[in-house]
Amino acid sequence: MSGVNKAQIGGFLARQGILVAFVVFMVGFTLANQRFLDPDNIMGVMRSSAILGVMALGVTFVVISGNLDLSVGSMMSFSTIVVLDLHDKLGPALAIPAMFAMTLCLGAFIGFLVGYLKLNSLIVTLGMLSAIHGLTLTYSGGQNMDIADKEGTWFSVFGQGEALGIPVPILIFVGLAALLGVTLGKTPFGRKVYAVGGNGTAATFSGIRRARVVFICYLMSSFCVATAGLIQASRSLGSQNTVGQGLELEVLAAIILGGASLLGGSGTIFKTVIGVLILGFIQNGLLLVGLQFYVQYVVTWVIIILAVWLDIAAKRGKLWSPIA
Amino acid sequence: MTDQTPALRLEGIVKTFPGVRALDGVSFSVMPGEVHALMGENGAGKSTLMKVLGGIHQPDSGQIVVGESPVVMRSPLEAKAKGIVFIHQELSLAEELSVAENIYLGELPRKRFGLVDWPRLEAQTNEILGKLKVGFNAKTKVGDLSIANQQMVEIARALTVDAKAVIFDEPTASLTDAEKVVLFDVIADLRAHGVGIIYISHRMEEIFKITDRISVLRDGQYRGTLDTAATDEEEITSLMIGRKLDLTRSARTHELGGVAIEVRGLSCGGLFRDIDFEVRRGEVLGFYGLVGAGRTEIAETLFGLRDPSAGQILLDGEEVRIHSPAEAIARGISLVPEDRKGQGLVLGMNCRDNMTLPQVSDLKAGPFVAEGAEVAIFDQYRDRLDIRTPGWKQMVGNLSGGNQQKIVIGKWLSMHPNVLIVDEPTRGIDVGSKSEIHNLIRDLAAQGYAVIVISSEMPEVLHVSDRIVAMYSGQIMRTFTAEEVTEDNLIQAISGLSGEGAAA
Repeated sequence: MSGVNKAQIGGFLARQGILVAFVVFMVGFTLANQRFLDPDNIMGVMRSSAILGVMALGVTFVVISGNLDLSVGSMMSFSTIVVLDLHDKLGPALAIPAMFAMTLCLGAFIGFLVGYLKLNSLIVTLGMLSAIHGLTLTYSGGQNMDIADKEGTWFSVFGQGEALGIPVPILIFVGLAALLGVTLGKTPFGRKVYAVGGNGTAATFSGIRRARVVFICYLMSSFCVATAGLIQASRSLGSQNTVGQGLELEVLAAIILGGASLLGGSGTIFKTVIGVLILGFIQNGLLLVGLQFYVQYVVTWVIIILAVWLDIAAKRGKLWSPIA
Repeated sequence: MTDQTPALRLEGIVKTFPGVRALDGVSFSVMPGEVHALMGENGAGKSTLMKVLGGIHQPDSGQIVVGESPVVMRSPLEAKAKGIVFIHQELSLAEELSVAENIYLGELPRKRFGLVDWPRLEAQTNEILGKLKVGFNAKTKVGDLSIANQQMVEIARALTVDAKAVIFDEPTASLTDAEKVVLFDVIADLRAHGVGIIYISHRMEEIFKITDRISVLRDGQYRGTLDTAATDEEEITSLMIGRKLDLTRSARTHELGGVAIEVRGLSCGGLFRDIDFEVRRGEVLGFYGLVGAGRTEIAETLFGLRDPSAGQILLDGEEVRIHSPAEAIARGISLVPEDRKGQGLVLGMNCRDNMTLPQVSDLKAGPFVAEGAEVAIFDQYRDRLDIRTPGWKQMVGNLSGGNQQKIVIGKWLSMHPNVLIVDEPTRGIDVGSKSEIHNLIRDLAAQGYAVIVISSEMPEVLHVSDRIVAMYSGQIMRTFTAEEVTEDNLIQAISGLSGEGAAA
């Protein structure tokens, strides 16, 4: 039968390509290494994905509102370094709120520039990626940061603790995902985020204060970054200045893999969680298959580019088109 | 000029689109050295005809003859090659490039190795610019030029080909009076070189000043050609409108209420000035004028999107200052905007969410959106406005234009506004839905809403309005009551020819 033409197959791949690719990967990995589907391994993947996942939750709001946030990687390094430093100076009970306050200030600053001054989010957050990295190095004097007494602090509970047999980072990720998922999907604010990202002009013409919505999205993104920094610091109890480097792109990759459009107006928290897990399992699978750690970078990037291509292809219903 | 072969001749051009006969046997010819006006109401078929001449649409039947040879044009490039050149209302220049690069874009003179021959490019360009007597040269960046001078660059571009016919589409829309003089000089110059010119404009004074003959289209049909010297506005207007419009709407049976909104001396920069009007509850006030006359800008000012430079807005007798749409909405002013898809709707959202968007913060059950209440509102206005959609989950982008517009109207009705402003209520909407929306507007007035309707379509504004404000170039020329308005005095008022005197 020539009834099913190339365009239809192309259209199907464009819509379902990510899932198809994911299933192929999973089957392949399982055949290559029995351990892949082992409960311990799955739990391990989820734990190592938790930090990336928490960050991706916040950035999902920013992306749906029609903007980007490339500053989250270096902002996470900042949070981690600050909380480790303040831990010994103020004690953990004060260090944590102090770090959250400082990180939220950074988010508010970006939100002001993008929301109220209407500057291009790509340029602002790319600039902030670099600026915050400089801020972190200035703060730490370029030194690694370590907690003096690593055995005697309750601070390690956020990264290393367990409750009901489940690692705390996973609980934080799942809990935050549920909270933010409901915020995005069920509250008036969430509805406004979709409207602003879907058609900002129409949102303004409907009386929505667009600048305020964008501002709050960046504030939420920085809150998630601070939470991720807390988990990171608590897990390692010591850190380099570059701990979050590159995470901003993995976050975007996860969001795109989940199916959100970088143009804004679409995506959900649930989809982002799926995207985070896909990315985590693929990276884990590559390791188990025995590929070098470095190869992951290449494969991750191939996946990101593939995802962007499929994102555009889904929009126009064809894998390739001579215009736009 | 004694040459009797037309520069451009149209013979029985027919073009149909699904459900519409856009052009129905249009024939006329333009002589070399003639300035030929093409007139007609919006929707009469002018733009379709231009797209046929520009090679964008192919006619279903009929032929286009340039000089003595019939031509077939499948693309704008082919049209240009046959000597038909357009000067568009919206300029299509690369602002970052020089004048010379723009004029010869795509056909820059080359040297060896494919490098651009800059000296030759500059010399060629300056030669053309010399003919136009302009105050800039080949190296000037186009982005630094005024709109009028950018138009000169387009004209210069037209002169690089051996143009048989040049078509000007509303060329004076964005020009000052001084710039118009320069443009008319250039047109006179082209005419002296034996080029045939088609001049599209709504502005009567220009038509009488520069054209030799006038051809009129109405409902896609050619209605005749007049000698400019031997005709007057009335004859043109009656050809353009022709049919006696069905303006019979049942006389208003309801009483008018108090003044809902009053505007005194409202001005905004160069956009409009000294605007005075009032709208009472139960009344429809129409705003009629050409595109660019300042009507939409007044609506945007009332809705908080622009800050007025002077004047007052009074709601129920109380002066208010409105700085954002959110404030306007809180004060009971609603705007159904002119650009439905760009400003009115989030196309990727469903019908229900679009309709409740302005009040989503008020529809709460605890911290969440009360989706049940939203569905109830949607159902209520779907029934009331007869919105045809499979259900509230349907994406708005999948609905027809008429149903989309009803969603936008429903969005604001569900807010129970004091003043409802509707800008171009039926733009891009099929004929059947049009009359539904007109009746809807009348019904809303009967229910006690104060309604402002802005429209570029005369039948529409005549049909729905109790009173009509005629605007020209940012000013109110005259306010008509339903009893005194006629098509003639209205079209005269908005052409800037005669204001108060037109009634005589």
